[in-house]
Amino acid sequence: MADPMKIRAQMKGDICDIKILMSHPMETGQRKDSDGKVVPAHFIQSLSVDLNGKTVISGQTGTSISRNPVFGFKVKGAKAGDKVTVNWLDNKGDKRTDEATVG
Amino acid sequence: MPNRFVFLLAALLVIAGVARADDYRLRALRMIQNDFQAKGQAGLDRLETDSLQHVCNKYSDKPPAPLLRLVEADQLATVKYPADGRLMGDWREGEKIAQSGRGFTWTDKPGLPVGGNCYNCHEISPRELSFGTLGPSLRNFGRNRGNTPEMRQYVFSKIFNAKSFNACSAMPRFGYIGALNEEQIRHLVALLLDPESPVNQ
Amino acid sequence: MRQSIAIVGALAIVIGSLCGQAAAKDAATAEFDKFREVMEDSNPAELFEAKGEDLWQAKRGPKQVALAESCDLGLGIGVVKGAYVQMPRYFADAGKVMDAERRIVWCMVEKQGFSAEELFRTPFANENFTPEPTSLVTYVAGASRNMKIAVPISEPHVQDTYQLGREVFSFRAGPYDFACATCHGEDGKRIRMQQLPNLAKKDEAIRAYQGWPGYRMTGGFMLTQQWRMNDCFRQQRFPEPRYLSDTVTSLLTYLTANANGNVYKGPGIKR
Repeated sequence: MADPMKIRAQMKGDICDIKILMSHPMETGQRKDSDGKVVPAHFIQSLSVDLNGKTVISGQTGTSISRNPVFGFKVKGAKAGDKVTVNWLDNKGDKRTDEATVG
Repeated sequence: MPNRFVFLLAALLVIAGVARADDYRLRALRMIQNDFQAKGQAGLDRLETDSLQHVCNKYSDKPPAPLLRLVEADQLATVKYPADGRLMGDWREGEKIAQSGRGFTWTDKPGLPVGGNCYNCHEISPRELSFGTLGPSLRNFGRNRGNTPEMRQYVFSKIFNAKSFNACSAMPRFGYIGALNEEQIRHLVALLLDPESPVNQ
Repeated sequence: MRQSIAIVGALAIVIGSLCGQAAAKDAATAEFDKFREVMEDSNPAELFEAKGEDLWQAKRGPKQVALAESCDLGLGIGVVKGAYVQMPRYFADAGKVMDAERRIVWCMVEKQGFSAEELFRTPFANENFTPEPTSLVTYVAGASRNMKIAVPISEPHVQDTYQLGREVFSFRAGPYDFACATCHGEDGKRIRMQQLPNLAKKDEAIRAYQGWPGYRMTGGFMLTQQWRMNDCFRQQRFPEPRYLSDTVTSLLTYLTANANGNVYKGPGIKR
């Protein structure tokens, strides 16, 4: 299982500011290693953010995003104490789910 | 306390202070000799300081005047001038040489010459904004100093062995170590002195 | 070339164009500084802090012991908070002044039984590999976030090491006659467009300390101060300093103590 994400969810007024740090090599499949061999594509394909069990953000991501990506979202209708769950799935079928509490 | 005693005490403290400084230096040198390993083209021989480095290290880059003159004359004597006496080349080539230059590090492929990378430290052509400030600006060098045989000789010598005119200069001795060959130095002389060079526009 | 994009709200990265004065290039530096400020709020270095924390807590090595229950970073066994900014310091059990990375590796070898040879073989991170000490250093450094740098300079061993470091800093050698001081011994200088802090000065030394360990955006890996010293010597055209050697420790002691009193903001981010 991949390394855990770091999720920060902070209320700023009535908007919840969510920042997610993901640990992932995000290989495009176009890079060659020092031996000249192509490094196979390995990247997050889709991700979703749930608030108290309800999906508020979902989307697909592609190969142009860098290694260890940082994502930021602003969500309405959240309050301190709510549970934020982030899921991602990559092109190799590897996945990760992590939680945080809105502060 | 009697004055004589205070004076003696002060003198002893000064000597002790100086002795302590030398002690640290010696210990540091021994520590350095112990703590490095050869890698790529960077051999341990690089830690053997030559006479120039020894003097500049010993006097923290400010040797006393008589020694300074001796060292500078010594360094000037290392300059090898072109056999045909021609000291100026093509400023266009000079600009390329000033821009490029890598080498001598342990990740570089060995082989000389390696170029000057003059822009690391100097402002040269007004068209190049990405320049360093470790050395003085060379803008209008030829315009200010004149494109004379004496100036050409000075510039050639300076690039070949910068320490000829400033014993503990920060500038490497490019010709002396072979980073730049005779042809390349000629082009750099032109870059600085040729009236057509952008440096002098 | 892949784009390297962090999607944070409406962040736009503007790189100033190369027209007009040299100040335009400084605009590029200013833009990167703004980017760095935002990124430091969610710095991928935190992923390595988390990894380092796991390594610190887990029972590992042939002796199956956790660093958390065996390693003294100067403030007591297992105490991590505030330890980074009080190193280098003298450790009586080792009989040596040690910087953070050197102490962590010492603990890994002495307390957990890891092979020193193994750890010395690949000490620095690259795109494909992060050594465990690097993650541990990042964790320990993160635990000193927003604390004042306080190298115990008046302790005799540290004072001694500081003086040796000062000598190393000004030692000229190699084909280019370079010392550290050649580039880092004067005010207001730069090499090409890279500003060079005067590291001999008390109020500028912080500029070298801040930002390490640092997450390198190009390639996506963590680098520590031990790496930085190594790469400086490479650029000085010297041979390679031994990892965790006295020479490197003495330099780090000199540079860090010169920054005493300044607040350390935690692991940083590099281009």
